[in-house]
Amino acid sequence: MARSIKKGPYVFHKLLEKVMESKTAKKKSVIKTWSRSSMIIPDMVGETIAVHNGKTFVPVFVTENMVGHKLGEFSPTRNFRGHSGNRKK
Amino acid sequence: MARIGGVDLPRNKRGAIALTYIYGIGRTTALNILAQAGVDEHAKVETWSDDNIREISRIVSTEFKTEGELRSEVQMSIKRLMDIACLRGLRHRKGLPVRGQRTRTNARTRKGKRKTVANKKKVTK
Repeated sequence: MARSIKKGPYVFHKLLEKVMESKTAKKKSVIKTWSRSSMIIPDMVGETIAVHNGKTFVPVFVTENMVGHKLGEFSPTRNFRGHSGNRKK
Repeated sequence: MARIGGVDLPRNKRGAIALTYIYGIGRTTALNILAQAGVDEHAKVETWSDDNIREISRIVSTEFKTEGELRSEVQMSIKRLMDIACLRGLRHRKGLPVRGQRTRTNARTRKGKRKTVANKKKVTK
C-alpha cells in the first residue's frame, strides 16, 4: 500500500538536516547514510549521497529523475558474479 | 470493417470483447467506452452503425493512449528506470523479474527458455 500523502515523503530526520546543511554550504561533501528507506526529495538533487548496502557505502549522485525513489534502490545489496562454470570468452 | 485506433476489430465478436483487441484497452475500459458511446455491450461489431463506429473511435482516440503511443510510453518508463540505475532498472537490464519474485525456480517468463547447464563431473572416491 502506498504511503499516505498527508504524512509527506519519509526522510530520516538526521539525513534531512545534513542535506539542508550541505545545500547551503559552499563545498559539496558526500553525505554518508544508512537510511536506505529514505525517499529522494527534490532538495537532494545534485548532492552525492553515500548509501550503505550492508557492507560499503555506495556513492549515489542524485539526479532529477531519481526523485520519488528510495535511496536504497541505488545501492544494490547483492553482488552476483556468475556461476562457477560460466566463463565468457 | 470497423477500424478503430489503427486496429481491425473482429466482426463476429461482441463489442466489449472486440475492443480489447486494441492494445491499451481491457475489459473495463471497453465497457466504459461502449456505455459512453451509447452502444449495447452485447451487440456484435458487425451490427454497429457507421455513427457508432465514428463515436467509438473518437472516444478511443481522444481519451485513451493506445497502441504505438502507449507502447512507446511503456518503453520510455523502462528506459528511465534503466538509465538511473535503480534496482528495478538493473533487473530490467538483466532480464530478471522486477518485483521481487523468486528466481531459484520459475521466473521463466522473464528468463526465457531454460538453458540447461551441463552436469559437473562427479567427484569419484
